[in-house]
Amino acid sequence: MKILVGYKRVVDYNVRIQVKPDGSGVVSEGVKLSPNPFDEIALEEALRLREQGVASEVVIVAIGAADLQAHLRNGLAMGANRAIHVSTSDAVQPLTAARVLLKLVEKERPGLVIVGKQAIDDDSNQTGQMLAALWDRPQATFASKVEIGADKARVTREVDAGLETLEVDLPAVITTDLRLNEPRFIKLPDIMKAKSKPIEVLELASLGVSSGDHLKTTHYAPPPKRGKGVMVKNVADLVAALKNKGLV
Amino acid sequence: MNKILIVAEHQDGKLNPATARCVSCALKIGGEIEVLVLAAAPDAIARAAAALDGVTRVRSAANPANAHALAAVLAPQVIAAAADFTHVLAPSTTFGKDLMPRVAALLGVAQVSDLMQVEDAHRFVRPIYAGNALITVQAPGDQIVVATVRTASWPEAKAGAAHAPIENLALDVALPAHTRFVALQSGKSDRPDLQSASRVVSGGRALGSAENFQIIYALADKLGAAVGASRAAVDAGYVPSDMQVGQTGKIIAPALYVAIGISGAIQHLTGIKDAGTIVAINKDAEAPIFEVADFGLVGDLFKLVPELQQALG
Ligand SMILES: Cc1cc2nc3c(=O)[nH]c(=O)nc-3n(C[C@H](O)[C@H](O)[C@H](O)COP(=O)(O)OP(=O)(O)OC[C@H]3O[C@@H](n4cnc5c(N)ncnc54)[C@H](O)[C@@H]3O)c2cc1C
Ligand SMILES: Nc1ncnc2c1ncn2[C@@H]1O[C@H](COP(=O)(O)O)[C@@H](O)[C@H]1O
Repeated sequence: MKILVGYKRVVDYNVRIQVKPDGSGVVSEGVKLSPNPFDEIALEEALRLREQGVASEVVIVAIGAADLQAHLRNGLAMGANRAIHVSTSDAVQPLTAARVLLKLVEKERPGLVIVGKQAIDDDSNQTGQMLAALWDRPQATFASKVEIGADKARVTREVDAGLETLEVDLPAVITTDLRLNEPRFIKLPDIMKAKSKPIEVLELASLGVSSGDHLKTTHYAPPPKRGKGVMVKNVADLVAALKNKGLV
Repeated sequence: MNKILIVAEHQDGKLNPATARCVSCALKIGGEIEVLVLAAAPDAIARAAAALDGVTRVRSAANPANAHALAAVLAPQVIAAAADFTHVLAPSTTFGKDLMPRVAALLGVAQVSDLMQVEDAHRFVRPIYAGNALITVQAPGDQIVVATVRTASWPEAKAGAAHAPIENLALDVALPAHTRFVALQSGKSDRPDLQSASRVVSGGRALGSAENFQIIYALADKLGAAVGASRAAVDAGYVPSDMQVGQTGKIIAPALYVAIGISGAIQHLTGIKDAGTIVAINKDAEAPIFEVADFGLVGDLFKLVPELQQALG
């Protein structure tokens, strides 16, 4: 079985993003970029399934700017067999990403697609579900445990009420939550090995998908600031302050 | 005129309060507001929805296949019911996040996630980058709008005098059998629900163990509060995952939030931005949580939390 993994490059989770004063966007110059944390978890899960003999090949996919090579080499160094770079200079919204992934699914015929539950830049939390819909296949979102059987998967999901277990027929789309696994560290020799692994580059337009802006972003604003608080000296002062506000 | 369909979220035969928050959002958009109840036994849920101020009609579809909320099963029904609507909304809970992108993709439209503010019927504000930026997005005027509603941004619509008509729907759509519910393991407790509680006490990595976390529960019980946690506390296994507050957990807006032994990473803060009053207890005076706290107290939680519990009488 082949596994297709979404592997998006995003602003690193440690960066405190700043909105440009004119509201035209966020400051991106010199900002550290990293693989989306949920996609590292997706890749780790795929690699483990390959190591268990469940999967035979792990293919990572990144849709985005022309300079994604180094990013994809990261995923190859982590252990993916090969990479597909769908190149476009436009910002890619989830519906477009899902349509691109569907084209790749039709081409690659994977038994499983694993993507992150959300990209931590747009925080959309849509692409996996959209792909599953367009593909007319099951989805198991927010996965914290995945067990693959002969032609089905049992997936435990982190939902608001607790942990839900679903059984889905394969092929299916799984989206990862934080507790699914802990991604491995990349070792130096693997970086060398990754250099010879193939990266296939496809133009977005060549897949017959347009990046047509579905939602237009017209303005960026910083979040409202909370008023400056006070430090209290001790528990008695804290309780007095809370009583004063009618909170206890 | 806008026609807004809200997909009701429910659990154990009860309407989830998140649905009433979607009604407030729909009122801001303006127009006719209908609630769609897809359940195995929808009657009580439909009645609760019909009592919400602002709801003009409830559409109720009984089907054993709807006993558990499976996105692949619900999505085609939502689409069949949404035919002449201008907007379809659901709360930005795990229920809505799972379902609505599936609905949007089948309709061939984008989805607006985590709707915070309504500028007009097609222009909305939503957060990105863990809430560090708010963007105004314009959805195409000639398409149905599919959105999830950030529940912490909207009050619950009042339930009471209203009696909207309830219409039974027979949705004649083929439902897939490829997705099956197996089990739900929920840490049911008598404590208030984290997402709707007016007071929340949360603990972080500093608690050190599940046993130590008991002091958080004890304080919460004293306050009649729900209990939350940071990701670090969940990852370490002190508490179940459904207690995680933050960018990738629950976004909440209690009147009082007490953060204990939590450093205040941006991913955590985004979950509590709309809290009324934030109290932080941390032994590190430089911890970022103090930048957002209304009241900060520096010291060892293992000394201060029992003291606080006592002082509350
Ligand atoms: C993709 C992604 C998503 C994430 N999503 C979330 C999310 O949704 N929610 C979330 O919370 N985090 C999330 N995180 C994690 C986040 O970045 C932080 O790692 C996490 O919030 C830290 O948890 P903490 O504050 O409990 O632990 P720490 O950062 O380790 O802080 C512990 C604090 O306790 C204090 N302390 C220690 N001992 C004591 C004592 N005896 N008395 C008083 N104070 C003490 C310390 O001074 C410190 O400030 C996410 C991270 C990533 C990468
Ligand atoms: N441009 C992209 N390239 C590769 N994968 C993507 C891209 N956009 C979305 N994805 C995948 O879809 C997941 C959810 O993204 P989103 O719906 O944007 O929150 C991500 O974690 C990725 O796995």
